[in-house]
Amino acid sequence: MSEKITGSEILIRALIDQGVDTVFGYPGGTIMPVYDRLYDFTDRIRHYLARHEQGAIHAAEGFARASGKPGVVIATSGPGAMNLTTGLNDALMDSTPIVAITGQVQSALLGKDAFQESDVVSVMLPVTKWAIQVRRPEDIAPAVARAFYIASSGRPGPVVIDIAKDAQTNMAEYKFEPCTFIRSYDPDPEIPEQVLSEAAAILNEAKRPMILAGHGITIAKAEEELISLAEKADIPVGCTMLGLSSIPSGHPLNKGLLGMHGNLGPNINTNKADVILAVGMRFDDRVTGDTSKYAPSAKIIHIDIDASEFDKTVKSNLHIHASAKTALSKLLPLIEPQKRSEWVDSFSQHEEVESERVMKREIEASTPDGKMLMGEVVNKVSEAFGHDAILVTDVGQNQLFSVRYFKFKSPRSCISSGGLGTMGFGLPAAIGAKIGVPYRNVVLFVGDGGLQMTIEELGMIMEYNVNVKIVLLNNNFLGNVRQWQHLFFNSRYSATPMVNPDFKTLASAYGIAAEDVPHRDNLDEAISRMVAHDGAFLLNVNIDEEDMVFPMTPGGHGVDEILLNSKEYYKPV
Amino acid sequence: MENQLFTISVFTENQVSLLHQISMIFSRRCLNIESLSVSACSIPGVHKFTITCCSYRAMMEHVVKQIEKRIDVLKAFLHTDDEIVFQEVALYKVPTASVLESNIEDIVRGNGARVLEIHPEYTVFEKTGHTDEITELFDKLKVLGLRQFVRSGRIAVTKAPEELVSDYLDRQERRRQDINNE
Ligand SMILES: Cc1ncc(C[n+]2csc(CCOP(=O)(O)OP(=O)(O)O)c2C)c(N)n1
Repeated sequence: MSEKITGSEILIRALIDQGVDTVFGYPGGTIMPVYDRLYDFTDRIRHYLARHEQGAIHAAEGFARASGKPGVVIATSGPGAMNLTTGLNDALMDSTPIVAITGQVQSALLGKDAFQESDVVSVMLPVTKWAIQVRRPEDIAPAVARAFYIASSGRPGPVVIDIAKDAQTNMAEYKFEPCTFIRSYDPDPEIPEQVLSEAAAILNEAKRPMILAGHGITIAKAEEELISLAEKADIPVGCTMLGLSSIPSGHPLNKGLLGMHGNLGPNINTNKADVILAVGMRFDDRVTGDTSKYAPSAKIIHIDIDASEFDKTVKSNLHIHASAKTALSKLLPLIEPQKRSEWVDSFSQHEEVESERVMKREIEASTPDGKMLMGEVVNKVSEAFGHDAILVTDVGQNQLFSVRYFKFKSPRSCISSGGLGTMGFGLPAAIGAKIGVPYRNVVLFVGDGGLQMTIEELGMIMEYNVNVKIVLLNNNFLGNVRQWQHLFFNSRYSATPMVNPDFKTLASAYGIAAEDVPHRDNLDEAISRMVAHDGAFLLNVNIDEEDMVFPMTPGGHGVDEILLNSKEYYKPV
Repeated sequence: MENQLFTISVFTENQVSLLHQISMIFSRRCLNIESLSVSACSIPGVHKFTITCCSYRAMMEHVVKQIEKRIDVLKAFLHTDDEIVFQEVALYKVPTASVLESNIEDIVRGNGARVLEIHPEYTVFEKTGHTDEITELFDKLKVLGLRQFVRSGRIAVTKAPEELVSDYLDRQERRRQDINNE
């Protein structure tokens, strides 16, 4: 019989056995036994103290998305746990593996409105893949094993382990067995041969096929398979926002971004395609526009690891229930090599129009007062990092412009809150991403609104010297809402002008190098100084508030009904 | 997209919070659960929820997938009435005096009901049947001054030869063995 140890120590040993070396968190009453044990394991587990639990969980998300490993976050009961809710929902929407560990009041007090008691499992169930409460120390290690298995297999997602304080202090033997099987859960379904051959037949006969590459490619690390298949059959690829870095921006078959503010080519041609191979994407309404007008002439083959995505918003003709990697690698040998030059080239007429009518005025901007446009800044920063940094965005115009104008060479390079659109995600996620992959450059684009939602996390940068480059696209407005007010609410700017602090001074208070960029003439050099600086840097860029993201498919319109500017719809010739 | 009554059977592990996990899928979509019945099924350790809900097929298919997506759910199935054999049970409590004044034989025989208890104050009838049959007896006993009435949720078995979940469990058992042999 091995000796008995406390539940807290069991937890920490189980985390170590699970391969965890980094956790984000914030202590409090009911999780103190765990923090006390953590103090003895600082050589094995690095704990990053956030300044708010929301910051901790977004950092864990950034860590997970950049590194591909599950992110771990620890919080206390009650308010600590509740502050995780937004991040859990964000991670659920964007299929991010998160293991959240929350303290809970003593078992004997549960259900009696004890100090800082929240009904964590009930609150979290709708925003997690799985949640469990543990009341006995001997149940901790199995719960941890199960949690990691669930969080990182199949369609990844967030899980919660809510541990009563007495389970942390009581003693039990430690025995760790990794979880590899749950009877009620199959994260690795087999693909029937016949489905594969049917899919191959449809693709081989296609005249105008298109691949829609989603986040599932990044999650399954299926970038090579995607590119091989696209190249072999000469199939153009459109990417969802979270699928963007799955194929290099410069690849001739990468036709760009899908959806509301995506590129003209892939959106117009979605409705021209005769076959659509959708891989690890879920036909989100921001991608499809009005589904009744979506891809009318296409047979749709849908690959997803989550069976509940099939026919959810868009009906498919054939679905392949598997991970992107398994499905693509099994399809590849069945696909005939083909050349489809005419179809592939048909994207370029739209690219030319977009380049001429939309991108040029954004990139080669010339405002009289020298205020800059977001696209121009993003374009320059991307270039300054050799188009090979990890892009992290917040939410709003800063996000839409940066995913449009940033370029990618390597996989796992686009980290943004896609499904939930969580303002305040950016700063902590960038910190977590840099901690997850310290050898890569991490650039955050953030608005003045979103930065202030989690600005306290500048404290994490200060304390841990996290080298993230923060580009604040400061238009002194809640820009994205302002854009909609301009377009759809008669320019009535209700509650969108921002009275802002002096961000440079704020950064300085945290010992973070910062620079104001008031005028276009200062931009190039300021970017160079930011890139050259060894450490975190905040660039406060003076953005023209009139700037709007185009092209745009307004809500309720078909994916090919696209505004080039506030007045004019695109009419392809 | 016409609404009709569907029956959903859900096979789950026997665990805390499953009812919440399933009911939140309905409430999120503003779907009203008409009836619900939960108990162990013929396979040891497996529990079965029988849920009825009025909606259109595409919505119900979507709901079934969302239920199945929950980790602790084994499998969920959607049925229409013609695919299942189903039953409800109801208890009716009526003052014994008014029962004695009426034709008991007609109540019992004519409606396929049973007497469960006779007390000087009240008599309890039981009836199993379909919703409309139970309602029919309800209407008759109401006139006699019905004191209490309760109706169970629908329970149902399929017309398939085995529990529908068996295939899934067999497949998972093979997976488990493969994983252990790796
Ligand atoms: C937590 C949260 N609250 C509100 C919103 C709604 N919202 C979306 S974009 C936006 C404006 C963002 O403004 P800012 O951060 O300054 O960025 P910009 O659009 O100007 O780039 C708002 C309020 C949101 N997405 N998230």
